[in-house]
Amino acid sequence: MQLESKIPAGPLTQKWTKYRGDQKLVNPANKRKYTLICVGTGLAGSAASASLAELGYNVKTFCIQDSPRRAHSIAAQGGINAAKNYPNDGDSIWRLFYDTIKGGDFRAREGNVYRLAEVSADIIDQGVAQGIPFARDYGGLLANRSFGGAQVSRTFYARGQTGQQLLLGAYSSLSRQIATGKVKMYPRREMMDLVIVNGKARGIIVRNLITGEYESHAGDAVLLCTGGYGNVFYLSTNAESCNVGAAVKCWRKGALMANPCFTQIHPTCIPNSGDFQAKLTLMSESLRNDGRVWVPKKKGDTRRPNDIPESERWYYLEEKYPSFGNLVPRDVASRNAKYVCDAGHGVGPTGYAVYLDFSQAIQRDGKDVVQRKYGNLFDMYLNIVDDNPYETPMMIYPASHYAMGGLWVDYELQTTIPGLFALGECNFSDHGANRLGASALMQGLADGYFVIPYTIAPYLASIYGEAGSVTEDHPAFKETTKQVDALFKKLTSINGTRTPDSIHRELGKVMVDEVGMSRNEAGLKKAIDKIRELREEFWKNLRVPGSLNDYNKNVEKAHRVADYLEFAETLAIDALERAESCGCHLREESQSEEGEALRKDDKYCYVAAWEYKGFNQKPELHKEPLVFENVQLTQRSYK
Amino acid sequence: MSDTINITLKVWRQKGPGDKGHFETIPVKDVVTHMSFLEMLDTVNEQLALEGKDAIAFDNDCREGICGMCGCLVNGIAHGPMKAMTLCQLHMRKFSNGDTIAVEPWRARAFKVVKDLAVDRSALDKIIQAGGYISANTGGAPDANGLPIPMEIAEKAMDAAACIGCGACVAACPNASAMLFTSAKVSQLALLPQGRPEAAKRAINMMRTHDACGFGNCSNERECEAVCPKEIKITNIARLNREYIKASIGSDVM
Ligand SMILES: Cc1cc2nc3c(=O)[nH]c(=O)nc-3n(C[C@H](O)[C@H](O)[C@H](O)COP(=O)(O)OP(=O)(O)OC[C@H]3O[C@@H](n4cnc5c(N)ncnc54)[C@H](O)[C@@H]3O)c2cc1C
Ligand code: FES
Repeated sequence: MQLESKIPAGPLTQKWTKYRGDQKLVNPANKRKYTLICVGTGLAGSAASASLAELGYNVKTFCIQDSPRRAHSIAAQGGINAAKNYPNDGDSIWRLFYDTIKGGDFRAREGNVYRLAEVSADIIDQGVAQGIPFARDYGGLLANRSFGGAQVSRTFYARGQTGQQLLLGAYSSLSRQIATGKVKMYPRREMMDLVIVNGKARGIIVRNLITGEYESHAGDAVLLCTGGYGNVFYLSTNAESCNVGAAVKCWRKGALMANPCFTQIHPTCIPNSGDFQAKLTLMSESLRNDGRVWVPKKKGDTRRPNDIPESERWYYLEEKYPSFGNLVPRDVASRNAKYVCDAGHGVGPTGYAVYLDFSQAIQRDGKDVVQRKYGNLFDMYLNIVDDNPYETPMMIYPASHYAMGGLWVDYELQTTIPGLFALGECNFSDHGANRLGASALMQGLADGYFVIPYTIAPYLASIYGEAGSVTEDHPAFKETTKQVDALFKKLTSINGTRTPDSIHRELGKVMVDEVGMSRNEAGLKKAIDKIRELREEFWKNLRVPGSLNDYNKNVEKAHRVADYLEFAETLAIDALERAESCGCHLREESQSEEGEALRKDDKYCYVAAWEYKGFNQKPELHKEPLVFENVQLTQRSYK
Repeated sequence: MSDTINITLKVWRQKGPGDKGHFETIPVKDVVTHMSFLEMLDTVNEQLALEGKDAIAFDNDCREGICGMCGCLVNGIAHGPMKAMTLCQLHMRKFSNGDTIAVEPWRARAFKVVKDLAVDRSALDKIIQAGGYISANTGGAPDANGLPIPMEIAEKAMDAAACIGCGACVAACPNASAMLFTSAKVSQLALLPQGRPEAAKRAINMMRTHDACGFGNCSNERECEAVCPKEIKITNIARLNREYIKASIGSDVM
């Protein structure tokens, strides 16, 4: 299979302009002949639905939650990047492009990333026009901060609720289009399969999560905006309903899954405190600006932290990385926390946590200053852990946070299935092997507001004569519904002894241990075997009580776990295949002499796109070589 | 660290909107006090599953107090006993050994019970669809800094915008009014200069829809403010009333 990225020719800075100038347009009067199906109402889905409806297309939009406003994007805290250069501190489109591509460790396409940087500024304009109350300075102009180690202040924010405000902005535009009737909104629906007619995406089958009914929806194109798969690790910072299901269904039907092993593990989360734990709460990374990370020097030391004398504390980051200290990049901080815990120095009830200590900052600056900076985070910690971080050090541990990998798309955000597009976190497009802080919100909104309205036009123009020609009574819908029904019947008839959650939790443990921050060949092979065993166990011993024709969380979870069990193996296979350290993950066999991550550009400078080959079959690898014409590939160094 | 308590849950079970519903008593042993309230319900459901029984239906998603999807009455109080906190953030250490805990869905004419603890809150979406937006199509927005907005105004707008749309205000109100919810959006947009052009129309249309959806009137009970997990202030309702009166007198929108 030849992967066509469709990056326009010409100089980098002119590609997007040229693309927009050259593309075919859909005549305004004809737009109303098309129906577009949009799955998901996060930043990507809400922005796309609203923008496409404004242009005149008919849009049908779906989400799992009871309201589109509750998509997982709502939880993003920190902020959104944009190359506005308001602070006059040297930012530019080029610099945002360069930081993003370098941050991604040179595993993303130049053309895509440059476009992202180009449209970033428009997002902020759009947000202000919608009434998003971004933070402002005394003069009434927008405030910026530096985020995630960036050297310029290009991050816009709305208190600690940036994702919420951006999503509510997009949701308000979506609501306006729902009121006009251009968008028909279907909440509490879960996409169960993609319907393909004559090789083109023509609709979806959804399950009504209240009644259990299967519904058919036909359209002229399908936009997948279903978010990331961080929950493959079971415990993550993602919301409960985040899943890989919709993407996996499209993968089974011929879309390719790209770079699934590129996942981000966030270093500062509140650690797991027991087997009942359902999620891990993210604590802002900014805490590392003033907190010092340490563990007891003695293994298995059970003393309270304040009883451990200074001389018996191991400030391992400061010791290992004297110049960056506690501010090393996310992946380095995460990895080293795992190492010291694996070696028996970890603290807390599970032995998988490290201390983040503010006593020095409090002594130096006073409690007031620390409180002003981190008060809300300290309160949140106190509520969850029941321990006062002003008096005893916090405990933190890394957790799965974001998926850079996802469905393979070309420059037009189209997958290898004609008419199927993927936007936001569910595609692989812009972050390479690592995403910079505050760039996911930017990408979701860029895709939805400013990219897809242009890039969907050539496809729609190409099927002009067929617009509206496939309807729900086409036999393909009945056929696909039958398959979906068979799957659910199978899931509920095993009658074994394990709940979906218990198997998911076990899968998560395998993924965290062997396919997480630090990987090696033997561990990955072991993980693949274990995932297969778990899959077997699942299909032999699952128990799903309750009815199929009802609001039933067990049913929802069961098929999501089934998809994770299949996807997880490909994630591990991708990790095994990529025998280099890159972006967020360390491949233990690929380290420099100082024991740091070593990228191998001669061998792995490509996008790994996996083709589904059937249940229990090894997927087939297709490579899209990455070509860099404008930037020099450099290795990171934080010593 | 791993203290446990034994509790008795009295949970509302209702098959659907047509069913009458009843309380079911479920003794729950060895609840780790570190659990959140929803994690406690998870373990109950896990147990019910192994016994082949139907899980207790409850809505939730983010489990960090921001999506607004969770919420029940816990011993009669929306989101439970803690101030400024959603149900998903409530921890079991706030309860004592031997406690009986009653858990019920939001009760309001405009919110039908979907199943057990889950209710239909789509009426809140309808209120937003009636005008909770600024009519700004994608593209063509002026530069974001073209319109300076005093910091205090932006902060006030942000206070109102923090609403998570959970519906606790409705559940707590003796009249099942959604005025706090509606006023938060009206205020946010009325405070900002971008929102002024449509302010009159917005207040009127959102209020009309509010009433049409079956929400009651506000009679200043302040119960909504007391349970709001985001501490949205009832001064927003005063602002909504001002906007509404202004609009009713001076405009041809009526
Ligand atoms: C705690 C946290 C904090 C973060 N903070 C930041 C930050 O400060 N800055 C930043 O840039 N990024 C941040 N991120 C990342 C960012 O929030 C996400 O990457 C981004 O919001 C994803 O948006 P999305 O539109 O792609 O998907 P989502 O917002 O996840 O939306 C997915 C949508 O798809 C629907 N859906 C999924 N599957 C199906 C299905 N099968 N059928 C029907 N509907 C389906 C869901 O209902 C939902 O509506 C953070 C992430 C987390 C977890
Ligand atoms: S689950 Fe999101 S607010 Fe409680």
